[in-house]
Amino acid sequence: MYAALWRALPGPWWVRLLIMLALLAAVLFVLFEWVFPWIDGIVGDGSQGTVGT
Amino acid sequence: MSRTEAENGKPPKPRRRVSLLGVFGELLITAAVLVLLFIGWQNVFNSWVLNGQQNGAAQDLGRQWLEQSGGQTSAATGGDDGSAGQTSVGPAANLPVEKEPSNGQPIAVMYVPRFGTDWKRTVREGTGLDVLNSSTAGVGHYASTGMPGAVGNFAVAAHDTGYGSTFLHMQNLRIGDKIYVQTKDGFYTYAFRNYEYVQPTQVSVLAPVPNATDAKASDRIITLTTCNPPYHTVERLISYGVLESFSKTPPKAIAGELAQ
Repeated sequence: MYAALWRALPGPWWVRLLIMLALLAAVLFVLFEWVFPWIDGIVGDGSQGTVGT
Repeated sequence: MSRTEAENGKPPKPRRRVSLLGVFGELLITAAVLVLLFIGWQNVFNSWVLNGQQNGAAQDLGRQWLEQSGGQTSAATGGDDGSAGQTSVGPAANLPVEKEPSNGQPIAVMYVPRFGTDWKRTVREGTGLDVLNSSTAGVGHYASTGMPGAVGNFAVAAHDTGYGSTFLHMQNLRIGDKIYVQTKDGFYTYAFRNYEYVQPTQVSVLAPVPNATDAKASDRIITLTTCNPPYHTVERLISYGVLESFSKTPPKAIAGELAQ
């Protein structure tokens, strides 16, 4: 899968590497900024450090 | 495959086939990495980011309130020991007590040197996630419990881990440790008294006299609640403190945090 992506990228190895790193950074940004906060709202147990309900 | 290679008559390199099993394996590895990333985001990254934001918001509010009340630091009042205008607190002491605001409104700025010399948080009304997860709060005041300085119980809650990890170091408190609570009126100094480990359902810790729901309050208590053990939510760790003094000017230990 990742090997196929590597082959699909144009240019010499260092250009491919740069593109890969850029893609990785973009994916991480989307995850940290939107996906993880959204998941946290779903899987979080709602515990707030409070007593009572 | 370059032109020269083709002209040399070499056989073309065989293309590696993408095997179904290989893709499945890579997907599993990717999923595992994503789960680890999420845990890291939750407990390290997001907590670290929010800790900074909540600290900064508390500092801004504290300085703003101090400025509005005359902008005096203890050094400027002429008090040599930084305790000018300090009121010791007996049962009959007449202290300023604010009215309880509506949900989400700021009540106080809290300073606990034991949690870190620069540790501070805005206390806002209500204990919902809108307050506890907020980048401008972190500590929530239990609705209809006492306000700072009032006879009774000023009860607040915060996360131990995640979203700023506000009360992560609560178990480090030692008897007599100061808990400074700044309002628009001045600075209330509470001293840590004791811990209690309770079930999450034990709401009597919020009573005006904690756990004595029928008793008439005469002391001015602060109650901090958080989850216990850290990273788990099966119990609650409760810390109690007693009001020691009130002053218009910042106590020495936190004056540096309020200097412009």
